[in-house]
Amino acid sequence: MNQNKLTFKEICLQSFEDFEKNLNGEKQHPIHLYRKKAFEHFINLDIPSVKNEEWKYTNVSFLTKEEFKINPVKSDFSYDHISKFLFDNLEHNLITFVNGIYNKDLSKLLDIPSGVEILSLSEAIKNNNPIIKEYLGSASDITNNFFIALNSSFVIDGALIYVPDGKVVEEPIHLMFYNNSSSPKDLIQPRNLFVVGKNAQVTILEHYVSDTDTEYFTNSVTEIFVDENGNLDHIKLQEESLKSIHIGRMDTNQGRNSNFSSHLISTGAKFSRNEFNSVFKGEGSESTLNGLFMIDGDQLFDAHTLIDHAKPHCNSHEHYKGILQGNSKGVFNGKVMVRQDAQKTNAFQENNVILLSDSAVMNTKPQLEIFADDVKCSHGATIGKLNEEAKFYLKSRGIGEDAATAILIHAFASDVITSIKIEALRDYLEKIITRKFN
Amino acid sequence: MLLEIKNLHASINGNEILKGIDLSVNFGEVHAIMGPNGSGKSTLASILAGKEDYEVTEGEIWYNGKNLLELAPEDRAREGVFLAFQYPVEIPGVSNTNLLKTALNEIRKYRGEEELDAIEFLSLLKEKSKLVELDQKFLSRSVNEGFSGGEKKRNEIFQMAVLNPKLAILDETDSGLDIDALRIVANGVNKLRSKDNAIVIVTHYQRLLNYIVPDFVHVLYQGKIVKSGSKELALELEEKGYDWIKNQKEEMPV
Ligand SMILES: Nc1ncnc2c1ncn2[C@@H]1O[C@H](COP(=O)(O)OP(=O)(O)OP(=O)(O)O)[C@@H](O)[C@H]1O
Ligand SMILES: [Mg+2]
Repeated sequence: MNQNKLTFKEICLQSFEDFEKNLNGEKQHPIHLYRKKAFEHFINLDIPSVKNEEWKYTNVSFLTKEEFKINPVKSDFSYDHISKFLFDNLEHNLITFVNGIYNKDLSKLLDIPSGVEILSLSEAIKNNNPIIKEYLGSASDITNNFFIALNSSFVIDGALIYVPDGKVVEEPIHLMFYNNSSSPKDLIQPRNLFVVGKNAQVTILEHYVSDTDTEYFTNSVTEIFVDENGNLDHIKLQEESLKSIHIGRMDTNQGRNSNFSSHLISTGAKFSRNEFNSVFKGEGSESTLNGLFMIDGDQLFDAHTLIDHAKPHCNSHEHYKGILQGNSKGVFNGKVMVRQDAQKTNAFQENNVILLSDSAVMNTKPQLEIFADDVKCSHGATIGKLNEEAKFYLKSRGIGEDAATAILIHAFASDVITSIKIEALRDYLEKIITRKFN
Repeated sequence: MLLEIKNLHASINGNEILKGIDLSVNFGEVHAIMGPNGSGKSTLASILAGKEDYEVTEGEIWYNGKNLLELAPEDRAREGVFLAFQYPVEIPGVSNTNLLKTALNEIRKYRGEEELDAIEFLSLLKEKSKLVELDQKFLSRSVNEGFSGGEKKRNEIFQMAVLNPKLAILDETDSGLDIDALRIVANGVNKLRSKDNAIVIVTHYQRLLNYIVPDFVHVLYQGKIVKSGSKELALELEEKGYDWIKNQKEEMPV
């Protein structure tokens, strides 16, 4: 052991002191009181170990071995860096963050309805935006989750989207998190807050990208509130550098009769952990969770989801699909909790994985915890190879091994892709698959 | 000679299914293969198409001057072999159009021909779907997914029409077809018949052979062709069943 080397927590402690020193007037700001509270919890939390059931297959001990730079510095990149991550034929609102910091020059907003707010969290903090006070920290729990506490201790930037009651934002909002870090590795911690009012509607794309193979660590937290009869279509597309670490947390609170759909498409990062918790706070709501992960080499992908049916008459539909190549490792842990008075719950969960190599490994664990008696719940999981009979059929028509494999992979992924409503994004995803498998 | 099978023995999981098949097919000919359930007809068809589950333990297959057994399944198709499956597989998420477009282009690439452009391709599909009276809506549907038994068979012949093979093997394409569909499929096949190709029809029923009149009829029984004859043999089988052939075989010296 190198005596001079600081532990991860020591780095955090020092960074927190430096951070406070540079705050000047913001020290008494409510956001900083929140950071301080989070940091107190953080200091008392341990880095999750593989002995913890929730982290059994996902080893984050590398945190103790590496050095990170926690307080980000503003860096400038031109439009050329991000242009290839934009979608052809899509007019969209674009908010860009470079290494976690809002970049005004790379952002644009189309005509947005009055009252709708789409801005950076840093701006919102500066202007004492009341949404922060009302919502930030009330979906994600800082008391017992190491990475939420870490993110919350250093909240500075991210996206804030507020759609007031009755408003509809037609064009999707594209949040681009462009990361391109230099050594020592940056710890990039976006903090997002999406609030959708009663009868309001919006589509949000959280897009994590890097055009280099630089090393960095993204630790994001996204809090989502969908009020009565509101509708949020959320897509998270993760194409981070293949040397990066990506830990992303999403907490959703759904009000009565609301509709939330989530699509997680993940191809990037050497190591990615995606936590998604959703709570039904009112009756008659619906939640759809679709996932598609495609990993290769030594990549690890982990999805941990929890759908909390706390109220009756809610439906959840979860379908995660994975395609694993090389020595990659996948983990899916989907928990569905049906509370005692959550009668008439419908919960469906499925996980299908294709292993394209013998050395790829998938660990999947559905967990149903049902305390109500009048419910319909089902879950299923399949792990297997591509359908050999189908492949032979294609070959018997003159289609070669590679093209047959590509066709079947497109087909396997197609129901997740077609569940995405934005055509330009579907095309973009088809291209990603084509690039990977053709 | 388009196809020449010599003393073909094949087994699966150690069970010998084909026990010495000899069969020669010339350009322009139609051969019918009949025989009781389990006699090895589909096994023979699958081996011709290149299914790897079977082990060829003896014998050889020559196709258009090439050693067929040395060709990968896709290369056989590119050389003009086509199998209409007895049980066509459903492939959710892959449209008929996509399958045919990819197939056609891979075949053309193999032959050193230009890819078809979108307009040429679509007009080809249109023309051939008319030939087998296949509704256009099937083109965008997933391959065989949710198709009725008869629709699947018709779809196989549609694919055959688009790919225009030299050697077409139709494995019980008539089973499950009502009389109208049978006529449509048979008509389609007849239109594709020419002096430059050949067709091997596996069937249990004479009725198809009323429409597609074969030059030769063979009876496959217990992995061997035990009788060959002209189209009249099919009529005889229809009338008498297989027992007389089975008995004949048992009488044959070992
Ligand atoms: N995987 C397998 N393992 C063992 N035996 C098999 C296997 N596949 C096929 N067979 C056997 O091979 C024999 C020939 O089967 P095949 O499908 O070729 O018959 P067929 O003549 O096409 O019959 P049908 O008229 O019913 O279509 C049968 O006895 C069948 O049970
Ligand atoms: Mg058969």
